[in-house]
Amino acid sequence: MADEKPKIRIATCSLAGCFGCHTSLLDIDERLFDLMEMVEFDRTPFTDIKHCGPCDIGIVEGGVSNAENARVLKEFRENCNVLVAIGSCAITGNVPALRNNIDLWDCFQEVYLYDSGTEGKQIPNDPELPLPFDKVYPIYEVVKVDYFLHGCPPPADAIWRFLTALIQGREPEIGYESLRYD
Amino acid sequence: MTSTITIDGKTVPFTEGQTIMDAALAAKVYIPHLCHDPEFKPHGSCKLCVVEANGRNVTSCTMPASPDMVVINDTPELNEDRRALVQMLFVEGNHICPACEATGNCQLQAAGYYLRMQSPHFMHFYPPRRVDASHPDIFLDLNRCILCELCVRASRDIDKKNVFGISGRGIDSHLAVNSESGRLGDTDMAVTDKAAHVCPTGAILIKRKGYTVPIGQRIFDQKTLREFHLEQQKRVESEDGPDGG
Repeated sequence: MADEKPKIRIATCSLAGCFGCHTSLLDIDERLFDLMEMVEFDRTPFTDIKHCGPCDIGIVEGGVSNAENARVLKEFRENCNVLVAIGSCAITGNVPALRNNIDLWDCFQEVYLYDSGTEGKQIPNDPELPLPFDKVYPIYEVVKVDYFLHGCPPPADAIWRFLTALIQGREPEIGYESLRYD
Repeated sequence: MTSTITIDGKTVPFTEGQTIMDAALAAKVYIPHLCHDPEFKPHGSCKLCVVEANGRNVTSCTMPASPDMVVINDTPELNEDRRALVQMLFVEGNHICPACEATGNCQLQAAGYYLRMQSPHFMHFYPPRRVDASHPDIFLDLNRCILCELCVRASRDIDKKNVFGISGRGIDSHLAVNSESGRLGDTDMAVTDKAAHVCPTGAILIKRKGYTVPIGQRIFDQKTLREFHLEQQKRVESEDGPDGG
């Protein structure tokens, strides 16, 4: 119908993370059908759309560890009215940030040259590979973030409550039980 | 002789020598804190327990209560300051909660929950910190140390060993181990020492004990920091007797 209200557009992406937050989003199970009644997905790993268009809500999992992460994050910030940092990697750097006190070259050598199980040892140097940063940065240190949803990953119920509040135009409230950094 | 102070309008009795914190905890009035433990001499370093007493901001764990003192504690402004302090403690160390064995048992983490810390707010320092696995039974990870000095006080006052101290100044302050090599394995610290069990974060861990209590059943999965600290006070009072020993 011509006068039908357009659906809320949501984009999601995973930067330096493990996709656990996306998996937790899928863990809302049958409520995915309710979600699809309310929203339309733009760029996400579910749609395989390569670039983010204008969206109401952008959800970012993972920290910023290389130039490609920074480009994607900048695109999200420019296109999404509301940007949500989801999970510990996006909020603190989390496990990927454990490399922040190791020299990057030492780190590469340890991973690609010294490990006894690696065959044909060489440090990857393809021009298509994004340039790694010296550190892994939480996304709020790179762009402005509107909301933070903690957890590694946040539980599916917390994601559901958070998302439905945002979609319905309410201020998301994270109760004591839902606020967990682990 | 018993006198009274008021905390947030509530009349709270105190006896000579008690601090604002002592009187508050005895009356089950909660003032958030991290470096205070009723078993040890107050230290006043974490500043979470700062309250307004007769118009001045003071650390309630070190400020003696005095007759008719008017204390303001639980206000949005003071809790906002406390939240900022917890945020600073998080970014000044390397607190990777999902990778930490102490998660769920960590008082810093619980303070974040209690004070509704939704974001780290400040830029992360990611400071380079030392890890010491030299002791056969105790693991020391300075990435998580918040310089509360509970281990320093426990080792000095209870264990009588002086295993720990604080060295350096300002941002370079760090926990130092009192042995020639600077390694924990070269001290006489024992796993049964009080100092091995007072760390409010995961900086001092007992080896081979990780995950014996599953995540979800740990202290702060079950209770708030407020409940934990009030129970801690009650336990110390019952051990020391009604007059506090």
